Amino acid sequence: MATTAHDVEHAGGIGAGTAHGHAEHPPTSTGLDHRKLLMWAFLASDCMFFASLIATYVIYRNHSQQLGLGPFPNEVLDIPYTSISAAVLLFSSLTMVLALAAIQRNDVRGLRVWLGATSVLGIIFLGGQYFEFSEFYQVEGLSLRSNMFGASFFTLTGLHGTHVAIGVIWLLSLLFVSLRGGISQKDSLNVEIAGLYWHFVDIVWIVIFTLVYLIPYDEGEVTEGAEEAMVRLWQAVPFV
Amino acid sequence: MATIAQPQTIARPAVSKSPSGLWSWLTTVDHKRIGILYGVTAFFFLLVGGLEAMIMRVQLSHPANAAVGPNTYNQLFTMHGTTMIFLAIMPLSSAFFNYIVPLQIGARDVAFPRLNAFSYWTFLAGGLILNLSWLANAAPDQGWYGYAPLTSELYSPDRNVDFWTLGLQVLGVASMAASFNFLITIINMRAPGMTLFRMPIFCWGTLITSVLIVLAFPAITVALILLSMDRFAGTHFYFPYTLNDAGQLIVTGGDPLLWQHLFWIFGHPEVYILILPAFAIVSEIIPVFSRKPLFGYAVMAYAIAAIAFLGFGVWVHHMFTTGLGPTPDAVFSATTMLIAIPTGVKIFNWVGTMWGGQLQFTTPMLFAVGLVSQFTIGGISGVMHASPPVDTQHNDSYFVVAHFHYVLFGGSIFGLLAAIYYWFPKFTGKMMDEGLGKLHFWLTFAGFNIAFFPMHFLGLEGMPRRYYTYGAGSGWGFWNLIVSAGAFLLGASFLILMWNIAKSLQRGKPAGDNPWDGSTLEWSIPSPPPVYNFREIPVIRHRDPLWEEKYGHAQGETHEEETRLEVGVAGKRVGEAHVTDEDPVAEAAQRMAAGDHHDIHLPNPSFYPLVASIGLFLAAFGLIFSYPRVPVGTADLPLMSLAGVLVLMIGIFGWSLEPAS
Repeated sequence: MATTAHDVEHAGGIGAGTAHGHAEHPPTSTGLDHRKLLMWAFLASDCMFFASLIATYVIYRNHSQQLGLGPFPNEVLDIPYTSISAAVLLFSSLTMVLALAAIQRNDVRGLRVWLGATSVLGIIFLGGQYFEFSEFYQVEGLSLRSNMFGASFFTLTGLHGTHVAIGVIWLLSLLFVSLRGGISQKDSLNVEIAGLYWHFVDIVWIVIFTLVYLIPYDEGEVTEGAEEAMVRLWQAVPFV
Repeated sequence: MATIAQPQTIARPAVSKSPSGLWSWLTTVDHKRIGILYGVTAFFFLLVGGLEAMIMRVQLSHPANAAVGPNTYNQLFTMHGTTMIFLAIMPLSSAFFNYIVPLQIGARDVAFPRLNAFSYWTFLAGGLILNLSWLANAAPDQGWYGYAPLTSELYSPDRNVDFWTLGLQVLGVASMAASFNFLITIINMRAPGMTLFRMPIFCWGTLITSVLIVLAFPAITVALILLSMDRFAGTHFYFPYTLNDAGQLIVTGGDPLLWQHLFWIFGHPEVYILILPAFAIVSEIIPVFSRKPLFGYAVMAYAIAAIAFLGFGVWVHHMFTTGLGPTPDAVFSATTMLIAIPTGVKIFNWVGTMWGGQLQFTTPMLFAVGLVSQFTIGGISGVMHASPPVDTQHNDSYFVVAHFHYVLFGGSIFGLLAAIYYWFPKFTGKMMDEGLGKLHFWLTFAGFNIAFFPMHFLGLEGMPRRYYTYGAGSGWGFWNLIVSAGAFLLGASFLILMWNIAKSLQRGKPAGDNPWDGSTLEWSIPSPPPVYNFREIPVIRHRDPLWEEKYGHAQGETHEEETRLEVGVAGKRVGEAHVTDEDPVAEAAQRMAAGDHHDIHLPNPSFYPLVASIGLFLAAFGLIFSYPRVPVGTADLPLMSLAGVLVLMIGIFGWSLEPAS
């Protein structure tokens, strides 16, 4: 069967939006664009990154209660407040999808509107996190140094927040390029890849939100003798 | 129908001019040049790490010796391990990935040429951060595994640990960037007709090693972030107690075992990251010098994948003496023993390849066979350690030191030396001197065994690792003197290698395209390869394309077998999705029409990767030399780090906005 170059260009384009207009890139072995595969590989790697952090959080989630070192998670966490910011972040996945759908229809104005909306929702989430952290630190006295809950909570949610912040910078950069007329239908892959990252960060937040805020903690009951036992253990170490 | 494009018959394209000068090297995105940069830098660090080892062997050659003090000795063994793993073996493997993989799959470059340059410069930045510690007289001294709580501010108040933490963090960025690149290159840039199961086995090794790096490095990244937080931000992730201002003991609830878990979840896959490239190299070399196709090719590929998969489930065997209890010990003992199966399969397949072959003992073949024999010794002592009671006996003794030097030197380094001799003619167009090569091999082989075999005896006699000296009454003096003599013989053998390289670069015999009569694509193009690699992208119909072209099916494979090989997992074809495998020539024609291959298109040089790497270097280094500081909000941050982040941002944005090609 005779296949034309035109057909080849479209062979990988279904659901991939790849080869359109990129005549300078020869078709690839899988038919997918290199950059899209790179993003998927990066996300696989990032899964391991968050898995390590989440495992650390799980190990320490009840330590502070057992040792009687406050502030405790039950006293500090404000589930309704964070539920709202979680909803805002999840809603931003919808606007991200709309941004991609717009540029795939060559609707440049739609792209700008929905990219802007997604960025704003991301900034609202980050603002929510800023006020939450400030509240915990100034009012509740929870810090990185106060106990293992503080250390693991701020590290896990803070590094997730860093991911969101990078995503916001990326989306704003795309918006900036678009406003200068740099993104048209054939560049929809640029938006799609940023979208993959953005959705991933949202999905990770679902796991973190459930684990940190929703699953109940042990009450702040000190396990009898835990601290004394640890002090005795470590006093046996010759260096101390 | 010709299987391989014949480059010599086509007029030379206009892009063949190869630029020169320092600026062209700083801005290069050519995978071959980056491969050479990786190779030269890694070889330099290999010599540095070797020098550190020889100073240690001077100190240990006699009981109660005082050549170096205990503090210097701690720095030497820490830097020796860290340097050999992260600055010598990994980047030397990376040098061959860079240079050879695109040639073997019939590509003109890697998928992301600028990311490739960024990987190299970032690797160099990490190596500099680690080694600049010598100038500050604060080289890392806590061991390459950095066990808590030795790394706490309490026991390591100076900057030694921070040089190590930040250096490794930067090296991690470099390794991950490089691995993403190789992964996508191999998945997505194979020549028409080259299904996954027609790839040279070296590409399989690179592919699986890249997967390991991409999935294992995040664990150490997190481990190092938490350690940095403990040291810079006052958390206690790894430190169960601390002293308050009044000098009283305070319990914090941190757990030193968390470090060990995170570290070894990375650390065990890391040993396969070090050895799989060497396995893949000898799997290329042994068939060529046995004049037979690789025995059990598909099984070899599956064995690499099986080793990598199982490698994620064995990390607790590094922690048998931490008292996790009988259940974890039993489970991880079993998974560890399982890894011996795919590894044994590989060894038998190498033997099977040589069996009945017309063996040619050239220098690369000698090193390859050296790997098969010496790695097997280290592999067997590894299986011994899979048993928790035996491991408890050997733990922290010289027996363990002997074991991992047999796998890392007898395995990885032997493989990489084989690769240097095998591909040197391709890199330079000159043959290496066979006489000097054989002398080098036998000196290395003798020096290696004299240096490392007696360590088994020392370990069984109870000599502990990492002690800077021992008493005369211990009875360890004799074997230690032998070990030190072996180490110096090994050091001397590297002088012969360097002499051979220098001499061959000057006066080596011309190599021609295919001096070894190899079967893979890199041997179909001139030596050294032109900047565009392939004048026309070749079309692949067979796993050993050059042999198929030259010898037809006389090498023992029938058409039936060839057809069968196209079937992969569960009856589904493995390889190209968009297809036309039945007629790869037509496919190639389509690709060329679509990609306009008549005009060879090469990526432009770029200095943004270098800018981004410099930014990363400054950002990390600023945390060590943290003055002057500037107030930002409620914190005050080191000026150098802030400047570094700014430079990094400039690099990334410049990179994103400049046209790729």
